[in-house]
Amino acid sequence: MYDNPIEEARRQAQICNSCRYCESYCSVFPALHANRVFSDGDMVQLANLCHNCQNCYYACQYTEPHEFALNLPGVLAEVRQDSWEETAFPASFGRAFHHHGTLIAIATILGMALLFWAARSLPADGEGFYAVLSHNALVAIFLPAFLFPVVALAVGLRRYWSKVGGERLRLSQLITAFGSAGRMKNLAGGHGEGCNFEDEDRFSQGRRHMHQAVMYGFLLCFAATASGTILHYVFDMPAPYRFFSLPKLLGVSGGILLCLGTLGLMRLKMKSAPELQDQRVRGGEFGFILLLFVVSLSGLALYVFGATPALELLLALHLGAVLAFFLLTPYSKMAHGFYRLAALARDAQRT
Amino acid sequence: MSQPGAEYDVVVVGGGNAALCAAMTAAESGARVLILEAAPKPYRGGNSRHTRNFRCMHEEPVSVLVDSYGEDEYFDDLIKVTGGKTDEHLARMVIRSSRECLPWMIERGVRFQPSLSGTLSLARTNAFFMGGGKSLVNAYYRTAEALGIEVHYEAPVTHIELDGSRVTRVDYQLGGEARSVRPGAVVVASGGFQADIDWLAEAWGPPARNFLIRGTPYNRGVVLRDLLDQGVISVGDPTQCHAVAIDGRAPKYDGGIVTRLDCVPFSIVVNNDGERFYDEGEDVWPKRYAIWGRLIAAQPEQVGHVIIDAKALPLFMPSVFPPIKADTLEELAGKMDIPADRLTETVATFNAACGEGDGFHPTELDGVATTGLTPPKTNWARRIEQPPFYGYSLRTGVTFTYLGLKVDETAQCSTEAGPVENLWAAGETMAGSILGQGYLAGYGMTIGTVFGRIAGREAANHVR
Repeated sequence: MYDNPIEEARRQAQICNSCRYCESYCSVFPALHANRVFSDGDMVQLANLCHNCQNCYYACQYTEPHEFALNLPGVLAEVRQDSWEETAFPASFGRAFHHHGTLIAIATILGMALLFWAARSLPADGEGFYAVLSHNALVAIFLPAFLFPVVALAVGLRRYWSKVGGERLRLSQLITAFGSAGRMKNLAGGHGEGCNFEDEDRFSQGRRHMHQAVMYGFLLCFAATASGTILHYVFDMPAPYRFFSLPKLLGVSGGILLCLGTLGLMRLKMKSAPELQDQRVRGGEFGFILLLFVVSLSGLALYVFGATPALELLLALHLGAVLAFFLLTPYSKMAHGFYRLAALARDAQRT
Repeated sequence: MSQPGAEYDVVVVGGGNAALCAAMTAAESGARVLILEAAPKPYRGGNSRHTRNFRCMHEEPVSVLVDSYGEDEYFDDLIKVTGGKTDEHLARMVIRSSRECLPWMIERGVRFQPSLSGTLSLARTNAFFMGGGKSLVNAYYRTAEALGIEVHYEAPVTHIELDGSRVTRVDYQLGGEARSVRPGAVVVASGGFQADIDWLAEAWGPPARNFLIRGTPYNRGVVLRDLLDQGVISVGDPTQCHAVAIDGRAPKYDGGIVTRLDCVPFSIVVNNDGERFYDEGEDVWPKRYAIWGRLIAAQPEQVGHVIIDAKALPLFMPSVFPPIKADTLEELAGKMDIPADRLTETVATFNAACGEGDGFHPTELDGVATTGLTPPKTNWARRIEQPPFYGYSLRTGVTFTYLGLKVDETAQCSTEAGPVENLWAAGETMAGSILGQGYLAGYGMTIGTVFGRIAGREAANHVR
């Protein structure tokens, strides 16, 4: 047993490589079996391929109390976490927010306070939301808050790519990666019956489906904002929109999915075994899911109570949470989606 | 029928594949079943934990199995490894029943995967468990739980009371407390005795103390000996076990699959004196690992040393422990505790007897042989000359023992006076009734599944 997660993961990978019983569960094992010796980059790539479904752990004949003490999902979670923190730009932000849910909460409250101040102090210029905060003020706050994480993530992914020895990316490899993520293939368990996550060796689709709800819920919300932007700038149709409009339909359905999905993921995570995950970041992970939940719930509340005097308060809460969410994306669990896609694309280069 | 007031109709002794198949079958017929598993929960399942596949007859592609694998071919494969020491009637019954077992297993939660990388030769004959034998065991325990079967872990059976032609009582330990149960029927599926080193040494001689046990430390043969002492008829050579050559650094128990070493055909193997003692290239490794278990057992201190050079390293499956590595043979000998002068001389003599290695082919018998060397190396003979040099130690790893309970085609046990009315056996504990020697990959699980189901059915019928 080694203290260093990469060394320990390498020890375990060598045992897995001489067993191979888990070959069909996920993408990790075929990638692992293709090597005989494992560089640090190989271990980082395997760690980011691992979706922590835990099927291999419960099938393993070498878990504790056996002296080989295998816990591949646990040790890969640590390697994965370290890889996100090391490649984050700047790395110190990565360490801070991944580990501490309270820091995420503080950032969120600061975001809300900023928006509350802006709503109170900056001029308004229209109806609906724009009666609280002008379109220009919103753009002034959110454009940098959107572009900064995009740049930071790009730097992080570049660092990742060079660490795992990625080659020049081809479109087909990206399509493969998105196809796998879109179906959450690596949480299907190889046989399509899901993961061992919340109840030891019982297979369930719970985590896969809740994750899909969060992922597609988020994408729908993002699409709602994007469609609003297009309506505003291209078709000169500023908000507010009717219910039967693209931004509202996408936003409300996405918000509901996101709300239910985050609640579901929190429930599952509470039932799961902490020792099969990275226990150092449990607080940060719960903090992040909670933030996503606040984003979706406040967004839905805004839709329901937008015509009441609560508008100003709700708008500040919602936009403040969204602001914190965007800014923390490279330094929170949200980053996993981007690294996973990179790992899946890299894996597609292997075959 | 069950005794009045009895809490359980059927007690199953053991907690591996055969035991679970018997328990599920009996419970599905309405019997109240208790499983007594000697191991704690993390180690439940006996040697089934370490298994990986199920050898299955099939006339056409089914599940993950390709092409076809008929009864006669299956039986021929079996006869080749047992050297004819096979009960043909029972063996063919197992083979024929294997086909219907496959969907039965799937219905009870077992999931199969295509043949693993490195085992493509078995894609037609063996269905691999996704995740291996422990995942099969997990699925069966889940199914058993849903059927209302009660399971006691850390509950070793100490005695089965035989009164004439009936079992009247099962004694076991639970939480350090002695308990008894009086079921209507008993199925014994508690494996062989290979984990009892004293018994092994008694049967094999003192060298057995240096053997490693590849599987569970809980197969100590307590129930087997108890029943044999009470006159239940045995089968199988009591002095024999199935043993293979494995990595000498493996743990004493439970090392399982990862301790295998496939590099012998590309090596020379020397003993503690640095001397070769057998043709390392006689045949492909799957056909020779059992012979090497015995060869190593016959060497001083029951140890062998595999010596290869850099060009051989990529030719075999990686093993659990990294090889010992050195830039010179002298240094390697030092690290492996072999006399350096003897090793260098043995390698020099071997190298001088090798040709240029033209026509070397790692996956087939290539006929690249030594000339004028005793013992010869008849295939894959290439000079050991390219540093770094690598070494592995080899020890004898016991897989299972052959001594068991003799059963008939209904899995029923008997004494000289005739059948025991309410005693059945399944799995490794009766496999000697079919396999007199040798072993065929995946056939143990087939015997366990077929006879487990038969024993469960018969036991349930008896208590009805």
